[in-house]
Amino acid sequence: MDTNSENKTSFFHRFRKSRLFWPLVALALILIFDAIYAPGFFKIGILDGHLYGNLIDVFNNGAPLILVAIGMTMVIATGGVDLSVGAVIAISAAMGAVLINPAFGNELISNEILTQNVSKTPLPLIVLANLGAGTACGLWNGFLVSRAKIQPMVATLILMVAGRGLAQLITNGQIMTIYYTPYFFFGNGFILGIPVAMYIVAAVLLLAWFLVRKTSIGLFVESVGINDKSTYYSGISEKNVKLLAYTFCGFCAAVAGLILSSYVHSADANNIGSNYELDAILSVVIGGTLMAGGRFSLLASVIGAVVIRTFTITMYTIGVPANALLAAKAVLVLLVILLYSEQSRRLINSLFEGKKERRDA
Amino acid sequence: MHRIKKFLFKNGPLLATILIFFIVYAIGGQLYPAMRKPQVFFNLFINNASLLIISIGMTLVVIMKGIDLSVGAMIALTSVASAALLQQNFPPLLVILMMTLMGILFGLTMGAITHYLKVEAFVVTLMGQFFARGMAYVINRSSITITDDFYKFLALTKIHVPFFENAYVYITSLVAIVLLVVTFIILVFTRFGRTVYAIGNNEQSALLMGLPVARTKLIVYAFSGFCSALAGIVFSISLTSGFGGYALSMEMDAIASVVIGGTALTGGVGNVFGTLFGVLINGIIVTILQFNGTLTSWWTRIGVGILTLIFIGIQSLFYVRKKHT
Amino acid sequence: MAANNHEILRIENISKSFPGVQALQNVNFCLKKGEIHALVGENGAGKSTLIKVMTGVEKPDQGRMLYDGVEMKIKSPQHANNIGISTVYQEVNLCTNLSVAENILLGREPRQFGGKINWKAMNTRAKEIMLGLDVDIDVKAPLATFSTAIQQITAIARALEISSTKVLILDEPTSSLDVRESDLIFQCMRKLRETGVGIIFITHFINQIYEVSDRITVLRNGKLVGTYDTENLPTISLIQKMIGRSLAEYEDMEKAKQDPDKQQVLIETNNLGRSGTVQPTDLTLKTGEVVGMAGLLGSGRTGVAKLIFGVEEPDTGDIRVDNQPVDKHSPHESLLRGIALCPEDRKESGILGDLTIRENIILAMQARMGWFKYLNKKQQYEIAQKYIDMLNISTPSSDQLVKNLSGGNQQKVILARWLATHPKLLILDEPTRGIDVGTKAEIQKLVISLANEGMSCMFISSELEEVMRTSNRIVVMRDQEKVTELPGDTTEHNIMQAIAGAD
Repeated sequence: MDTNSENKTSFFHRFRKSRLFWPLVALALILIFDAIYAPGFFKIGILDGHLYGNLIDVFNNGAPLILVAIGMTMVIATGGVDLSVGAVIAISAAMGAVLINPAFGNELISNEILTQNVSKTPLPLIVLANLGAGTACGLWNGFLVSRAKIQPMVATLILMVAGRGLAQLITNGQIMTIYYTPYFFFGNGFILGIPVAMYIVAAVLLLAWFLVRKTSIGLFVESVGINDKSTYYSGISEKNVKLLAYTFCGFCAAVAGLILSSYVHSADANNIGSNYELDAILSVVIGGTLMAGGRFSLLASVIGAVVIRTFTITMYTIGVPANALLAAKAVLVLLVILLYSEQSRRLINSLFEGKKERRDA
Repeated sequence: MHRIKKFLFKNGPLLATILIFFIVYAIGGQLYPAMRKPQVFFNLFINNASLLIISIGMTLVVIMKGIDLSVGAMIALTSVASAALLQQNFPPLLVILMMTLMGILFGLTMGAITHYLKVEAFVVTLMGQFFARGMAYVINRSSITITDDFYKFLALTKIHVPFFENAYVYITSLVAIVLLVVTFIILVFTRFGRTVYAIGNNEQSALLMGLPVARTKLIVYAFSGFCSALAGIVFSISLTSGFGGYALSMEMDAIASVVIGGTALTGGVGNVFGTLFGVLINGIIVTILQFNGTLTSWWTRIGVGILTLIFIGIQSLFYVRKKHT
Repeated sequence: MAANNHEILRIENISKSFPGVQALQNVNFCLKKGEIHALVGENGAGKSTLIKVMTGVEKPDQGRMLYDGVEMKIKSPQHANNIGISTVYQEVNLCTNLSVAENILLGREPRQFGGKINWKAMNTRAKEIMLGLDVDIDVKAPLATFSTAIQQITAIARALEISSTKVLILDEPTSSLDVRESDLIFQCMRKLRETGVGIIFITHFINQIYEVSDRITVLRNGKLVGTYDTENLPTISLIQKMIGRSLAEYEDMEKAKQDPDKQQVLIETNNLGRSGTVQPTDLTLKTGEVVGMAGLLGSGRTGVAKLIFGVEEPDTGDIRVDNQPVDKHSPHESLLRGIALCPEDRKESGILGDLTIRENIILAMQARMGWFKYLNKKQQYEIAQKYIDMLNISTPSSDQLVKNLSGGNQQKVILARWLATHPKLLILDEPTRGIDVGTKAEIQKLVISLANEGMSCMFISSELEEVMRTSNRIVVMRDQEKVTELPGDTTEHNIMQAIAGAD
């Protein structure tokens, strides 16, 4: 590698080595597929002064997933995993709904009271409660992992199981339909024709990017994922790094819960955010972060999430039923994981290198 | 005195599980006198037959320090697939055979991927879960009713329990119990069974001891696949239908049962007998909620979640200390 | 059998080199049937490489090996096992959740019809085997309930039973055992000697060598020093042969200048100890001095370093840094107090292989600055480049991954990581292990020049010469205890005598 590194600094070479390369290739493949089989896919129109179309949908509908993927990236980079994100979304959504109108859970109250466009709690407080609940869940996961030393998968599995129960406890087991219009702003609103959800994603991404690139947290997270003993010996509190990662992941899931419940106008503790843990792990894996932890890229994970959303919408567009999609996705992930494995990477690299040498000769 | 202490130490988590079961049962009996009927106890075996079956498979996987998140979805897939085949007038015995073969192959594939390609078991089996659930919906998006006579015969034949008047179980409950006994014998009395324990304790050591690690791991995942297919058949028999939405999150109930039954998620420790009580505790909580009527089912989840956490705590107390002394 | 003098294993002219290190150089070794043969040498002497060659883990670059008179190429550990060469490590490779009987017999267990394990026969057989080794225990109990000594004997029993072992290698079996437990192992070894098994015994406890071994082979710096009959080799000359004087030529190196008027007490420990690793120890370190720690492996050197750096919490006593008592013990707190440690196990607790050199170097500095004061890329490159130049780290750029560097350069990166924090005390635990001679000298010179600038340094090394060359004061450790303190210009003989003890 060292011997001929000089003549290889071409843009293409650097791009190919970059973490964004493979996720973008995947995205490109899907878009090419769309261009051939679903030409209508790329249509972007303006309706009531708002942008709409599949491509906008990828970001608008995909906002919760992108958010969760950002949080999940941090956790996976420390060498852990968070299976509870779906449940945390449910808890966050339930929290919002119940604060708008605690009577939602009571079946005996007449419809007139329920369907009023009012909130019992000021909106900022609702948002704060949403985010607080999710962040607290993340803190709990982080505590179990870093202080109680429970394996990440097990620790978060507990909240994955019990979390939906908790959400139902909050909603009293009812599907709470929300009629308070200001709350819909987060999921359905537009600013300058662009969905509000996209602004929120940008804000969280900016926050995460700031934490990762402008503070030492990013470096610490990577070093914990690579070798937590060496990290500890270097004078870094590896426990607090893990705690922070899980807490941040909880926060991201909470924001996702806010957007999602606002988008669907309801909080259904059983179904909201279901399978998000799969999609989030998938996004991170497609983004090239190893499940074992270490090096990570937030942007690559975001692209990973976009790939999944695009894939999903494409499948819908060509008429694959929602449920069959699950099977296809599962196969996709497995292929991606195999593709990223050491062996196959070496194989691909050697193919590239081989070609280049032949051309040089 | 020393022996008693040793016995308690060795079987602490299991005894705690059994004790909790009886305490919960007694509380239920106090609150709702109708629960004291013997049939209520036997209903636990009727209602939880498929949970018990997948939990048995899960026990082996967890003892081996693995995990199988695909079992719930496999139940759904098997139920739909068998219902669809029966609709096409396939002979029921052939359907059952095909389903178990499918389960074994499915488990084997996942085992091979996690062992040879070194992908974490929970990732592979999570993918397995989504694949199976998706395939179930691909076969049919709505529920298919089973009208086959043989299935109906299996579903409706009561077997009277000796010594208890009017108490009965169904054939499916017997299947679960036979599987339990067979698995118990395999775990305790065969080289394969002991190798499972050895791998769970330390895979590297097991390899250095010259034990067949790869083969054992594949067989265990195949066994779990077999169990989930069997559970799917039992499930479809008891509901006489197949549907892709069946057994949602049931893998969580199975894992919780296994953990509550004293099997350590850190591997190497546990037995299927404890798993039986884990399943029964799960069942008794549901039963009490049913008798109560006003509390909704989500209390089960919270209860089971808390119990799981407590048991992980107990385990680390027992086993971690044991390892360090 | 009258074949007691017969050789079972003979190794001729074995050499083995790793990138940057000549691990073995023309080593000869011979093991007789029915003897206990101690293999000794300090870290990096080549003991473990020699064992790896014998057991097929590493292939020698040259030389040949005769097993039972036949030339043999060992392909893998399994192969070694099959032909009767078994190794029992300090870390027992058994399954602690299974019973002793299973651990001995699993894979060859007595079975009944249908493949069912005959537990009764298995337990009886295991009991017999263990009684044969003079150990009377409940073989049905899980292995985890027994002491490490019993676990090791179980491993030996398995080796004998499953592989019909003729050569048994015991790799530091007693390093975590107390006297009574060690006796159990010795008893077992003597019993095996009678049956004609050749035993290679690796230990760093000198008294144990004299207790059980028949012959001793000493290695130093990858070369054979010699093989001796135990009864003809006095302790002091054994230590001399182990530690010896290396042939490497160093330029004139002057020790750090000491100026008692300017020096202040930096670290003071009072009865500092932790059960199992360090007996209560009093120690004083002054600014601008290099304090050497001499003593054999396991003498508590590393334990003291870990206590001062806060990796482990002390049970007894206290530490004062700059006259302030220390109440929180952790590497992070130590970092803030200006204490640094280059740990002895570089791979496990030193480097972060998948990070770049730059990131590895700024890591501790960044840890001290906290989460939110982040060095920007430009500063990072500057700092990294400064230390790459200062320490002569050979790399094309600071963006190389540390895992791709040689051992010596990795050590320099860790050193750079700590120097970047400008520590008041730098603890170096075996900083020159597995490093070529040139780099060794560089690191020693660096230590002295840093001390001249006022830094205090604790230099732990198995190489006595190194310690003598750098230190202003030498603390000698034995059996987890500080035995004595010697001035820097003391003689090698004095140190060795202190290490060997009064007997």
